[in-house]
Amino acid sequence: VSSPEVAVVGIGIHPFGRHDAVPGRAMGVHAVREALADAGVGWADVDFAFGGSKDGGNADTMVADLGLTGLPFVNVRNGCATGGSALVSACNTIRAGAGRLGVAVGFDKHPAGAFGADPASYGLGSWYGETGLMVTTQFFGMKIQRYMHDHGITDAALARVAAKAFRNGARNPNAWRRKALSEAEILAAPMIAHPLTRYMFCSPGEGGVALVLAPADEARRYCGRPVYLRSAVVRTRRFGSFEVFSPALALARADSPTVDAARDAFAAAGVGPDEVDVAQVQDTESGAEVMHLAECGLCKDGEQEEWLARGVTDIDGALPVNTDGGCLANGEPIGASGLRQVYEVVAQLQGRAGDRQVPGDPRVGFTHVYGAPGVSACTVLSR
Amino acid sequence: VAAPPVAEGLFTWPAGEPRLIGSRCRDCGVVTFPSQGSCPACTSVAVEERLLPRTGTLYTWTVQGFQPKPPYAGPAGPEEFEPYGVGYVELPGEVRVEARLTVADPARLRIGMPMELVIVPFGETVTYAFAPLDGPGRDGRDGSRG
Repeated sequence: VSSPEVAVVGIGIHPFGRHDAVPGRAMGVHAVREALADAGVGWADVDFAFGGSKDGGNADTMVADLGLTGLPFVNVRNGCATGGSALVSACNTIRAGAGRLGVAVGFDKHPAGAFGADPASYGLGSWYGETGLMVTTQFFGMKIQRYMHDHGITDAALARVAAKAFRNGARNPNAWRRKALSEAEILAAPMIAHPLTRYMFCSPGEGGVALVLAPADEARRYCGRPVYLRSAVVRTRRFGSFEVFSPALALARADSPTVDAARDAFAAAGVGPDEVDVAQVQDTESGAEVMHLAECGLCKDGEQEEWLARGVTDIDGALPVNTDGGCLANGEPIGASGLRQVYEVVAQLQGRAGDRQVPGDPRVGFTHVYGAPGVSACTVLSR
Repeated sequence: VAAPPVAEGLFTWPAGEPRLIGSRCRDCGVVTFPSQGSCPACTSVAVEERLLPRTGTLYTWTVQGFQPKPPYAGPAGPEEFEPYGVGYVELPGEVRVEARLTVADPARLRIGMPMELVIVPFGETVTYAFAPLDGPGRDGRDGSRG
């Protein structure tokens, strides 16, 4: 394992879900204040910040509430990798010696219902949206449909992923969906994009997360049990990967950006996927969790069926996955989602995850996000 | 008078046997759809228009179960919305093309089934779709009408 350069010394969160009276930006401010308090520092101590939101406003305007200290505050806008990109940028700033104490923050507030998308902003003709092909849920349905065909995954496995998410969400005070659902209820729900039912999909939502970061050798100044950021990697798609919003796909399938980002994150950390004690992977829908487990190198293709039947990815299983309920139970505020995963892993590695604490003193964690139009961000964290 | 295509340059129309219009890289041979001025695989700008084969096999599929948000230009009200099939059809040796399917019944869709290009009504226009070869749904009257 390489020696760590950056540590997470404070974490803060605004509960996910629907909060009609609270602007997205205010959730970001709430999360930053909580993270600062966790690190025992004030906003005036912060040297730099990176933050982002898709629909919640400009992150850098939070200084009006937090304090106009003159710090460099860079807005990040990178789809589902917004939080991961803010984290990579903050991490590199510390590595470069350009700042010591930094904040990475993400928040969002989306209208109800599936995300709408503008073809022109993705370089696609208007016909693509008009004829009903520009719908993210279709991509997820088609990708898992093929994966099930190729690797023997069943509808029961998809239902087990969702049931686990809501079970875990019920144990997480910050989650949106806090009611357990049976596999039968999940399978009987209306079909959104065959084979995926309504309860197998996450919903756009609201929330905010902030992290305070410091050089690893100064971490104990701020935190009794620091968690080290061993690596943080962002990758975009290569030609041939099966991506959302693709009017055509190449005949030869290439590895997804998830495969590239996860492999590079493990290599940079000097840690193997088999050493991970707790993982958060993008579960936009049930099938995404199934496929991403393999793409991240955490299991073999097809092995998920048996893993889910045996409860391997449950909180008390051999490799707990999405212990906070994931996107399925928390919803997806795009700017906040990736940092929520890091928040959860840090809480787990510090042993303060409450009712959802992974037993056995976990030491190594992993996070993964994936989003349109083919971007992934991964981190490896350890005590 | 034939209804106009939903966009120019997507498929040959009017035509007895319409074809999708893609492009092929003169340097590496990769085929894309719709046509574009550069190659996404090798970055070359030496690309030429290519008419794609009319038949292939279903690589994967789903059924759109709810009315998409704008810019979807299908039936106006949620009560008029009918689920429609969407899939990728593998055109052998060329490319996999995403398209509406003329069939929306999961019981009648399976990976690997032969499919054929059809042009179907979509509002005041026509668009492209794929229909099961030698099966029902070839007339575009099975959940495909926009």
